[in-house]
Amino acid sequence: MNDHLTSKYIAISGVEQTFKTAKGPFVALRDINLSVAKGEFVTLIGHSGCGKSTLLNLIAGLTTPTQGTLLCANREIAGPGPERAVVFQNHSLLPWLTCFENVYLAVERVFGASGRVNGMPAENKAQLRARTDAALALVGLTPAAQKRPGEISGGMKQRVGIARALSMEPKVLLMDEPFGALDALTRAKLQDELLDIVARTHSTVVMVTHDVDEAVLLSDRIVMLTNGPAATIGEVLTVNLPRPRSRVTLAEDPQYLQARKGVIDFLYTRQSHVEKLAA
Amino acid sequence: MVSAVFHSPLDASIAAKAAAQAALSSPSAAPLKVAAPAANASAVAPVVSARQPFDWRALWLRIVPPVLGIALLVLVWALVASKGNGIPTPAETFKQAITIFSDPFYSNGPNDQGVGWNVLSSLQRVAMGFGMAALVGIPLGFLIGRFTFLSRMFNPLISLLRPVSPLAWLPIGLLVFKGANPAAIWTIFICSIWPMVINTAVGVQRVPSDYMNVARVLNLSEWKIITKILFPAVLPYMLTGVRLAVGTAWLVIVAAEMLTGGVGIGFWVWDEWNNLNVKNIIIAIFVIGIVGLVLEAALIKLATAFTFEEVKA
Repeated sequence: MNDHLTSKYIAISGVEQTFKTAKGPFVALRDINLSVAKGEFVTLIGHSGCGKSTLLNLIAGLTTPTQGTLLCANREIAGPGPERAVVFQNHSLLPWLTCFENVYLAVERVFGASGRVNGMPAENKAQLRARTDAALALVGLTPAAQKRPGEISGGMKQRVGIARALSMEPKVLLMDEPFGALDALTRAKLQDELLDIVARTHSTVVMVTHDVDEAVLLSDRIVMLTNGPAATIGEVLTVNLPRPRSRVTLAEDPQYLQARKGVIDFLYTRQSHVEKLAA
Repeated sequence: MVSAVFHSPLDASIAAKAAAQAALSSPSAAPLKVAAPAANASAVAPVVSARQPFDWRALWLRIVPPVLGIALLVLVWALVASKGNGIPTPAETFKQAITIFSDPFYSNGPNDQGVGWNVLSSLQRVAMGFGMAALVGIPLGFLIGRFTFLSRMFNPLISLLRPVSPLAWLPIGLLVFKGANPAAIWTIFICSIWPMVINTAVGVQRVPSDYMNVARVLNLSEWKIITKILFPAVLPYMLTGVRLAVGTAWLVIVAAEMLTGGVGIGFWVWDEWNNLNVKNIIIAIFVIGIVGLVLEAALIKLATAFTFEEVKA
């Protein structure tokens, strides 16, 4: 793989997203230019309504941009696909399937008979089950495999969602505020697990968040969006903290504090007029 | 306030139970294990005696209001009957009901059969008409829900045909099928299809977009989408449609049978009217009501069994 492709694994150029509403067109995003390197962890941060999730949905291919192009591994993103797995904000597990079946659905699609079209042999049921078990073990949910989503806690559901995404061995992992609905302790635990998993799998991750600490702890780069409407990238902050990172030692690290201050400055000093706009 | 009276014995028994469970679940405390069954047994006895009065009270509150409701009905009925306008009194009707239900399955030719046969043949017609309606209506509902084009195509038709009275369809049935029985079944079919089509279509349209996004990200085949996402998500809506359809079918059958004749509960009502046997008409009304109630209750039970907590919310 050449350098160009490695540094611009996801390439977004001149992207604009306009929604048609009853009151006329609404420009959600404009002039977005961003590239994400292979194996990089990028977070998108900004006030609510600034179009973070819109941008993530564009990368996922769930929506198509009004203008501009999005490339993933030099191919245009024409629609959603299992190579860009999404962890949804509200986990989106199917309530009538067990945790195992929820993950198996994804595994079967990617590695089973229907998935492998270009050369790779389809895996048999035992291999698919082994993959599913491994994905659940990765997030520490082997004991809950046969439970339905209604029977487990919110944190566990989110972990199943992550397991489902990881089980597909995606080229890119897209996460839309994956820990937003969780309490602080569970969130911290899952962040640590995610750091650990990403370090092992070398995944390329784009994650939407509104949590400054989460962004600094997890990211290689933090992409800060200006306030909507017509939001765009205001600033990109590179976090040069060495990995593996530990939240305990980082708490007093000057570099960590500096990065944190940079994000907070952007969000609350330069982009603080969100209420005024809404009013 | 009332429940406060029972707090202390309940709390005590819960504590005893917890202690017994703790003893059972700690394998390290081997000597305690021997004592555990005894503790458990002694804990069970107070639970039963403490809860019994509370349960009676709940049962009492559940039973008294419905009994009062039925008593009110019987009272009004008795008052109306006492005016001497041909309506039999509740007691007379009850006596007659006992005679009728002592032999529900006799058969003296097509015009004189037991109430059991009448109900069964009505149910059979309902089952056939409703079954065919389900076979056509549910897949049609899926298609209408899934494809906007079909939805726009069928919506005016449904809006036009749905409000038509069931009996208006009967002549068409008689004309086309040249027989009373298929015409009755046809009427049931055409009247019970709409709730199933509409509810299934609405269910498909209301499948949470999150689930459909999962399907899109996984790039699932249409077959997998239908079996793993659409069908389970739509099932509760579909069962509501089925329940409404069965209710409609049961309403329609009585009217249809009055006109077509043959064996059936609706025909029986009409026959007894011709015999001026009002007691039997009232019994028939109760039978129709009870059968409808049982059908409804069975389908509600079915629907709750297939509804997942997260779908209900």
